[in-house]
Amino acid sequence: MRALDRIALILGLGFLYGPILVLVAYSFNASALVTVWGGFSTRWYGVLLADIPLREAALVSLVVALAAASLATVFGTLAALALDRGGRFACRRLFTGLIYAPLVMPEVITGLSLLLLFVGFGLDRGILTLVVAHATLGLGFVAVIVGARLHGLDGALEEAAADLGASPVRVFATITLPLIAPSLAAGYLLAFTLSLDDLVIASFVSGPGATTLPMRLYSQVRLGVNPEINAASTLLIGLVTAVVLTASWLSGRKGLA
Amino acid sequence: MKRLLPVLPALWLAAFVLLPVILTLKISLSTPATAQPPYLPVLDWSAGIEGWGSFLEALDFTNFETLASDALYRDAALSSLTLAGLATAILALVGTPIAHAMARAPARRQPLLVALLIVPFWTSFLIRIYAWIAILKPEGLLSAGLMKLGLIGQPLEILNTQGAVLIGLTYAYLPFMVLPLYAVLAKSDPRLPEAAADLGAGPVRVFWTVTLPLARPGLVAGALLCFVPMVGEFIIPDLLGGSDTLMLGRVLWSEFFSNRDWPLASAVAILVLILVVGPLILFRDGDAATAQGGAEASR
Repeated sequence: MRALDRIALILGLGFLYGPILVLVAYSFNASALVTVWGGFSTRWYGVLLADIPLREAALVSLVVALAAASLATVFGTLAALALDRGGRFACRRLFTGLIYAPLVMPEVITGLSLLLLFVGFGLDRGILTLVVAHATLGLGFVAVIVGARLHGLDGALEEAAADLGASPVRVFATITLPLIAPSLAAGYLLAFTLSLDDLVIASFVSGPGATTLPMRLYSQVRLGVNPEINAASTLLIGLVTAVVLTASWLSGRKGLA
Repeated sequence: MKRLLPVLPALWLAAFVLLPVILTLKISLSTPATAQPPYLPVLDWSAGIEGWGSFLEALDFTNFETLASDALYRDAALSSLTLAGLATAILALVGTPIAHAMARAPARRQPLLVALLIVPFWTSFLIRIYAWIAILKPEGLLSAGLMKLGLIGQPLEILNTQGAVLIGLTYAYLPFMVLPLYAVLAKSDPRLPEAAADLGAGPVRVFWTVTLPLARPGLVAGALLCFVPMVGEFIIPDLLGGSDTLMLGRVLWSEFFSNRDWPLASAVAILVLILVVGPLILFRDGDAATAQGGAEASR
């Protein structure tokens, strides 16, 4: 059985990483034909750096991701606190359902329904609507991560502080917050990654002048495989990998699942 | 103080999750129009009660009738459910041995394995699917490799087929299946399969009678996490499925972006919600029932 376990792991991880490695390898291909190896070259990274629309899209994505992740972290943490500490309150089931809904709801539905909301209220589509949509998406993930951490906390520490006369606000600021801080950071980074990565929701809620990086990449991918996208993808994969590894390290390695 | 905690997130969720879904439902009952916004009726707030009356009267189920009568939408719904169901089954078959192997790996190596599984999970979805185009296309790596091995005589026609969509779905959702399975298996008592083996059960029997029932909650969670978003998947059928693969997510997208028929797109969204929320409730109730039955049986 041990040998079978090893085979399962090797095949599984090979399947997961194979296509990504192929993509990264071909980003260093000198040939313009994606499937023909023409020697090692970094020319596509040069092309990439000179691509101004792509750089602008990357900037939009970055701004949106920073803002959306901040909002998602604040509201997601409040939601997790409400579920873990709020005791019983009206519509608790509905509240829980609404937190988890964006996690499983198909993206086309989240995107379409948010767009209908923005149009219905006459909001101009652009950076702001992107931030709101991505914050809503990230909120649930933050709530799950922070909630797991809150659930595992030793309640005795907070009780001791309260017994010694600390007000609820002081207990939160001096005991709870430092204890859950790693999960806040992990949640922030994941909300950031989700926002950076999203194509479908962004396509619905964004307007002219606010093209995100995935939207830009998608419009090029539709035209076929091209080495410049491979280079852009490689950079993005590198960035996201760094963010995820940091997040997974911060959350004590197991919290992300 | 405690009472105030849910207020802010509840307001946010009501405004940006609940209200949009209600609006989608409302617009799915509207009629498309060449106007801004492109649907009728639009509620006239200044007309008071009468405005509401005429507004509600103008709503009807035409879009859902279209969805039910037009073969295009029926086929799309059917192939969404079939592809998502097939992919979920494949994922369960592929994911169980991987999760099982992870749970049995030495404890100090497990965090690394989990991290290895998570990294692609958070790496750009679009890019990971895009990567398969270069592999699956006729002059791509898969065909070239198989031809070099002499296994096939001519390039594979797999890109732009449902087969490619299945590969893409399996690839993209593998971590969603493996992680919950692993979480359940890692927590289960390793002495149970050992005891079964000591009592004379062969490895296959141990797996079927002990490991698999232990893994069941993880399997159910994983299946839901995969099946639900897969039904509404857009990127995978769009990039790998070619023009022949219709899935509901893609139909919604083209109704919205190409045909600018917002009411019909909304009706598709509501249909997906019904198809998807249905199994969610069914599974949860079924699970509760089994858990209850189990608890009663053990008494």
